[in-house]
Amino acid sequence: MVDPAFIAVSVITIGSAVIALEFKEIIYGAIALAISLLGIAMYFVLLEATFVAMFQIAVYVGAVVVLVIFTIMLVRREAWMTVPEGKRKVMGIIIMFVTMFGLGAIFINSGLTAWHVPESSMTFVQIGDQMLTYYSPVLIAMALTLAASIIGALVLAKVDLGAKVNGGAG
Amino acid sequence: MAELVDYLIVSAILLAVGIYGLTVKRNFIRMLFAIEIIVNAANLNLVAFSRNLPTPNVTGQTLALFSIAIAAAEVAVGLALIIVAYRLYRAIDVKEFRSMSG
Repeated sequence: MVDPAFIAVSVITIGSAVIALEFKEIIYGAIALAISLLGIAMYFVLLEATFVAMFQIAVYVGAVVVLVIFTIMLVRREAWMTVPEGKRKVMGIIIMFVTMFGLGAIFINSGLTAWHVPESSMTFVQIGDQMLTYYSPVLIAMALTLAASIIGALVLAKVDLGAKVNGGAG
Repeated sequence: MAELVDYLIVSAILLAVGIYGLTVKRNFIRMLFAIEIIVNAANLNLVAFSRNLPTPNVTGQTLALFSIAIAAAEVAVGLALIIVAYRLYRAIDVKEFRSMSG
């Protein structure tokens, strides 16, 4: 028996994900994306991963969605209002349902339905312990990757006054 | 308490929605939304499996934390690309960026 909280979170998450892709005004789409990411954080709470849930809220809702909203505000209004749909909408819907029902059938027919949730004694202390001992090289590599990507983003977005900007459509 | 397979089905649905967005949408920002949805479906899988191991341990959660950080970096670069492309082409429709395809 699935508990009601799980069903409520599922409806919120999947519904907002669809709204984020389909709502006409993209700024509301960004807010729907934030709600969907909050739904994922609620799943993490249900899975007793509260530290990951906090991280999810801080990084995704606090940073990524705010960055997206600022970008939408920087890109001029009419530019994103008039982007037409692709011609492949029917094909996209077919691919969506094939993926959904294919993977769903695989999961339901696998032995995982008989799997019951084991007792757990996980704490976030263990996460910190693993990160700073066994995974410390990965942590350093990730820090360098983040620094490189932020420098790359700054260099990309920098206004180069010396270069001639191509104003036409390509 | 929801079982492992429930989480797997939810993440399969989210993956399918993200693939639909990547296939159909031509708006650069919407495609970035679709990528975010797919990455979050993967993270949900990682944490769900980490909770449902025979002896649950936090390795899956640690991997999910790394994955979240890398996805944030990817979004920063993607948004910078959107700004550059908008400055060059005055559009965020990916069909307008045709001169990039050579």
